[in-house]
Amino acid sequence: MSEKEIKNLEAIFEQRIANEEKIEPKDWMPEKYRQTHIRQISQHAHSEVVGMLPEGNWVTRAPSLRRKAALLAKIQDEAGHGLYLYSACETLGISRDELYDQLHSGKAKYSSIFNYPTLTWADIGAIGWLVDGAAIINQVPLCNTSFGPYARAMVRVCKEESFHQRQGYEIMLTLCKGTPEQKAMAQDALNRWWWPSLMMFGPTDAESVHTEQSMKWKLKRKTNDELRQQFIDQTVPQADILGITVPDPDLKWNEERGHYDFGEINWDEFWQVVKGQGPCNRERMKARVSAWERGEWVRDAALAYAEKNAKKNIKKAM
Amino acid sequence: MNNQALYNYILGVTDNSLILAQRLGELCGHGPSLETDIAITNISLDLLGQCRSYYQYAAKIKGGDTTEDSIAMLRTEREYVNVLLVEQPNEHFGFVIARQFLFDVFHLLQMQELQNSKDETLASIAAKNIKETLYHRRFSSDWVKRLGDGTEQSHAKMQEAIDALWRYTNELFEITEDDQKMIDAGIGVDVSKFKETYYKQVAEVLEEATLKVPENKYFQTGGKKGIHTEHLGYLLTDLQYMQRTYPNMKW
Repeated sequence: MSEKEIKNLEAIFEQRIANEEKIEPKDWMPEKYRQTHIRQISQHAHSEVVGMLPEGNWVTRAPSLRRKAALLAKIQDEAGHGLYLYSACETLGISRDELYDQLHSGKAKYSSIFNYPTLTWADIGAIGWLVDGAAIINQVPLCNTSFGPYARAMVRVCKEESFHQRQGYEIMLTLCKGTPEQKAMAQDALNRWWWPSLMMFGPTDAESVHTEQSMKWKLKRKTNDELRQQFIDQTVPQADILGITVPDPDLKWNEERGHYDFGEINWDEFWQVVKGQGPCNRERMKARVSAWERGEWVRDAALAYAEKNAKKNIKKAM
Repeated sequence: MNNQALYNYILGVTDNSLILAQRLGELCGHGPSLETDIAITNISLDLLGQCRSYYQYAAKIKGGDTTEDSIAMLRTEREYVNVLLVEQPNEHFGFVIARQFLFDVFHLLQMQELQNSKDETLASIAAKNIKETLYHRRFSSDWVKRLGDGTEQSHAKMQEAIDALWRYTNELFEITEDDQKMIDAGIGVDVSKFKETYYKQVAEVLEEATLKVPENKYFQTGGKKGIHTEHLGYLLTDLQYMQRTYPNMKW
């Protein structure tokens, strides 16, 4: 293909996106579009799968049968999200095994929030309320993103996430209405999860390298800072209802802006956790890699069995 | 009607599901593939749902301030009456599958009988469980075949697990005094009636999986009398942690 022809295709492609048309896997797309989507969708899939670990940490210790069942169901949903996000990613011409390799080798990232530990039962509430809450704000705009399989996966993911968020908030509410010990547990969880949740929206707009291109492809509709502000504005009143305090002395309603002002995020911590220095980076990766390695003989067996059976069926058919 | 015997009978049926659900819950996010993670979590969730129905009924029978959670989480180790099979640890995926399979075959037969119980509550819970249990049995049987007839390595591991867990199978068919009272009242299931069917069905799957049916005839017992293996105490430590540390709170 000549350079001119490619330019022409690119122009048509950009026009389709501008017209809000969906790009489907078999459509022509610029290589950069493909690579950016592989990166973002797989990062999202990896986050779902790694995210199972901090929550899985409380399955055996959940305080009641009802809570245990709800937590299991939530983790099952997350595994399901992982599955269809990996499938969406595979339509871009990369295999799930390759994607796992990228995760296990550290080449691919996952959401840094899952590198923080779940130390008490209240952390399960806080994750639902804050982490899923932040995820929804990040993800709702993606239901209209330009790449069809991703957009469709996100519609389902968002529905389930919003259920998880309500469930998390309800855990917090129960704790805050409970004994002083329970309320203290809820406050402690908010103290530990608040700042990492704000970091989930990524670096400030000035520092964000992908924003401009992502906006054009509708992978993003609002900037990191806008989304972060939306989260804070939405969450602070919820903390007020719970009767617990957001751990930010600079947090204050700004009448003029119509938004909350808030304190400085510790960006050094953010970058350290991204680079692998968070409290649980090593443990999370170790758990994933070891599950993968321990499971190799099982996957090999399933494959061998399927091949044997396929041969048998061919023989039968002849 | 003898309420204490009925209460004990329900625990005998339900503790199996609780302890197995708890074991499966340990595997969340640690399985060999995302698909098996989803399936195992799903089975754990089904079993837990079944427990809740049974324990809620048991709590009603017992009365007072007994709840499903106090039954599930506040007994001493000696008061749990699950069979030894379900408390065995997740040594490797072959053990997970073997334990599940050896239990599912029994569980399905048990539920199919229990749906005819004269006790309407027990019968309706059992009838509701059958669909789920059928799925569990299919899932575990399929995996026994895959692993048994997969690779040389998987065959050896699957055989290892079946051999190790075989000694816990006979206990499934033991009948306690309270079981007998409930059988006589037309409420409980006489599990000894389908013992032969059980071993036949198990053997069929093992043969298809190219696995040997163990010849071992010396069986372990005790679970139904509350005498467990060393593994149960640790499992209960996790299960009971919150209820013991923060007594009398709502969650």
